[in-house]
Amino acid sequence: MKLRFILPLVVFTALIVLFAIGLNLNPREVPSPLIDKPAPSFDLPQVQQAELRLTRDALTQHPVSLLNVWASWCVACRQEHPFLMELARSKEVPIYGLNYKDERDDAVAWLQRFGDPYLVSGFDHDGRVGIDWGVYGVPETFIVDAQGTIRYKHIGPLSPQVWKEKLEPVVRQLQGGVR
Amino acid sequence: MLPELGHYALILALCLALLQGTIPLAGAQGGISNWMALARPLTWAQFMALLVSFAILTYAFISNDFSVAYTANHSNSLLPLIYRVSAVWGGHEGSLLLWAFLLAGWSLAVSLLSRRLPLIMVARVLGVMGLVSTGFLSFLIFTSGPFARLWPIPVDGRDLNPLLQDLGLVLHPPMLYMGYVGLSVAFAFAIAALLGGRLDATWARWSRPWTTVAWVFLTLGIALGSWWAYYELGWGGWWFWDPVENASFLPWLVSTALIHSLAVAEKRSAFKNWTVLLAIIAFSLSLLGTFLVRSGVLTSVHAFANDPKRGLFILMLLAVVVGVSLMIYAWRAPQVKSTGHFELVSRETMLLGNNVLLIVATASVLLGTLYPLIIDALGAGKISVGAPYFNAVFVPLMIPLVVLMGLGPLVRWKSDQAARLQQMIRGTLVISIGIGLLLPWLLFRSWEPMVIVGSIIAVWVALSALLDLRNRLRNASSFWSGLRKQSRSFYGMVLAHLGVAVTVVGITFSSYYSLEHDVRLAPGETFVMGEHDFLFEKLVHHEGPNYSSDLAVIQVQKQGKQVATLHTEKRLYTVTGMPMTEAGIDWGLTRDLYVALGEPLGDGSWAVRMYYKPYVRWIWLGALLMSFGGLLAAADRRYRLSRQSSSSVTANLQENGI
Repeated sequence: MKLRFILPLVVFTALIVLFAIGLNLNPREVPSPLIDKPAPSFDLPQVQQAELRLTRDALTQHPVSLLNVWASWCVACRQEHPFLMELARSKEVPIYGLNYKDERDDAVAWLQRFGDPYLVSGFDHDGRVGIDWGVYGVPETFIVDAQGTIRYKHIGPLSPQVWKEKLEPVVRQLQGGVR
Repeated sequence: MLPELGHYALILALCLALLQGTIPLAGAQGGISNWMALARPLTWAQFMALLVSFAILTYAFISNDFSVAYTANHSNSLLPLIYRVSAVWGGHEGSLLLWAFLLAGWSLAVSLLSRRLPLIMVARVLGVMGLVSTGFLSFLIFTSGPFARLWPIPVDGRDLNPLLQDLGLVLHPPMLYMGYVGLSVAFAFAIAALLGGRLDATWARWSRPWTTVAWVFLTLGIALGSWWAYYELGWGGWWFWDPVENASFLPWLVSTALIHSLAVAEKRSAFKNWTVLLAIIAFSLSLLGTFLVRSGVLTSVHAFANDPKRGLFILMLLAVVVGVSLMIYAWRAPQVKSTGHFELVSRETMLLGNNVLLIVATASVLLGTLYPLIIDALGAGKISVGAPYFNAVFVPLMIPLVVLMGLGPLVRWKSDQAARLQQMIRGTLVISIGIGLLLPWLLFRSWEPMVIVGSIIAVWVALSALLDLRNRLRNASSFWSGLRKQSRSFYGMVLAHLGVAVTVVGITFSSYYSLEHDVRLAPGETFVMGEHDFLFEKLVHHEGPNYSSDLAVIQVQKQGKQVATLHTEKRLYTVTGMPMTEAGIDWGLTRDLYVALGEPLGDGSWAVRMYYKPYVRWIWLGALLMSFGGLLAAADRRYRLSRQSSSSVTANLQENGI
């Protein structure tokens, strides 16, 4: 049996091994090790006004707030974006943005084009803050409470259904706890 | 009661598929003709069982039977009837049932249209398809039964995802699946030929029409998906290199290569091992696409229910189907000798170039799609590969491919002289470059390097097709009789190639000369973009059957003359709570005017996105031409002639140089 006829099988086996690993890595199944831990501190320039900063302290001003990780290159972010706009308009909860591994011009253009649901977005150009926060992929959404503790993390795009079933109960509980 | 019957019909189909996948194959190995003869009746029975099952699920949707969990999750009593029917494949379980049903449909077609095939071949082909069906039906029954009941019965359903409530999406999945599943026929023929050790010109001729028809469906499915994304997502784009788009594009690239290498295998008895391998890869990539979409290993706009258990099952299915077929390939292929020899300057070399370019393109798209997964598996973090990578890699590969596409049909089989070719194409080449240079200037008064390249190669393809036709008509007694004498497969090829040229024009012109603006507009205000004035006439509130919407009426004028009235909506679907944008588009052969209503900005004004997209329609027009060409080629008379006379026909066609 000549090697060149076995080669496709070898390549395919390697692919299957890769997929098997990929399947176990399914990010939706892995809980963030940071849940119920203090949110890592950060100090980033803002996306729209580079001279201003966004720090972790902004999040802890509110009884509960969302930190949404987004990027202009991320297709799934466009998918969740109309919902984020809706959520921002309802003023149920303040939303901060973490602009992850993006170019400033692209990010600003994106916000102008599709609307800006964020109070402020931090510009995490090299993704350092994203690494601290254990960002797996974009989009991701963290729920942070007044003490600066991460209470929940959602990986993947938000939708009304996800919001109603997963995030809203956590947010309501935290808001209720303070009032 | 009925849903249970549907479930039993599914189980019955699984048993029948298992029989269909074992008895005829065993019969073929042992030479028992009674066993082989069972292949056809078992195929018919399996098809009937799945037809019953599919009809029952459809009925559950039409009759709003929300006691079925799947119906309750994907439909609603307010949903219009046509979307209740298309909601059958709006979710994971139903789309898998559609997959299995279409596979049974293709098997039925093979069993009915194979009267001239030797029984042993029929038994093997249907046997292999039965095994594939067994795999999918067990996946369906064990992990994703569509007939599971819900208790207590909900008052109403949760509604279909609003993105899918659209005519384009009624047709897109069935077309795409017809293509995916149709490739299983080419696959089954390849495996059957390997098992029987009969990889000859007849095998290639049997496979060709099936492969071409599957390719036509795939082309239509992809084009519909892209068209839908264009008008429904409201982003003005038509291709996003999203993992799921890529999952449908990969089998298309490989099956395009397969169609061309099958031609060589049929005419010249060369590339035979390679062709078999392509048939296996094409179907494997269809399965891979299913795995990527269903398992959620890659995040995407399309991500359906992501259940790791299902992912594991599909991965195992993929490993078994592809692993076993590649093992058969490794075992049998070394015994196959390609007998047709050819020289450097020949049609074979041109088609080899086509295959190499298409496979390299496939590999780079596959790499880009899987790269995030590879990086992740290596524990090096998460990344997303975007359009810049794909454009940078893919476009340079397509340019030489399209150039070859014009040249290839002019070159003779086996051997040709470079000098003859040079002399023949010189004039055409010069004219193509001339027109290609002039076109962007005449139409848009601007020269962009990539647009010049695009229009040169598009004109080149069109002119070389004319040149080819002229060469063929040179010896004809009259123009018309010459035209009539050309075969359908020749016209099919020409049409499909012209289709590619049309698509190339659409892609280059619309990518480089589109105008787009995001503006803040209040009713009564006008925005001027290029030659067009957009007047935001009024905003109307409007209630749909299952949504409420703000509808903007925008009047477009060009030099004071009314051109179009566009309606764009911001809908809120009441059950799911999902906001959706409906773009307002004025179609045109040379340009689209496109507006999409954005967010309300308080004070009565709205964010409005406006596009002027020249020649964008040509992208899909080209795909239609390609599909029509494919159908014409598959309808060629020689596929319908009996086997006895086919050798003389082949000789005839070879004289014609096809």
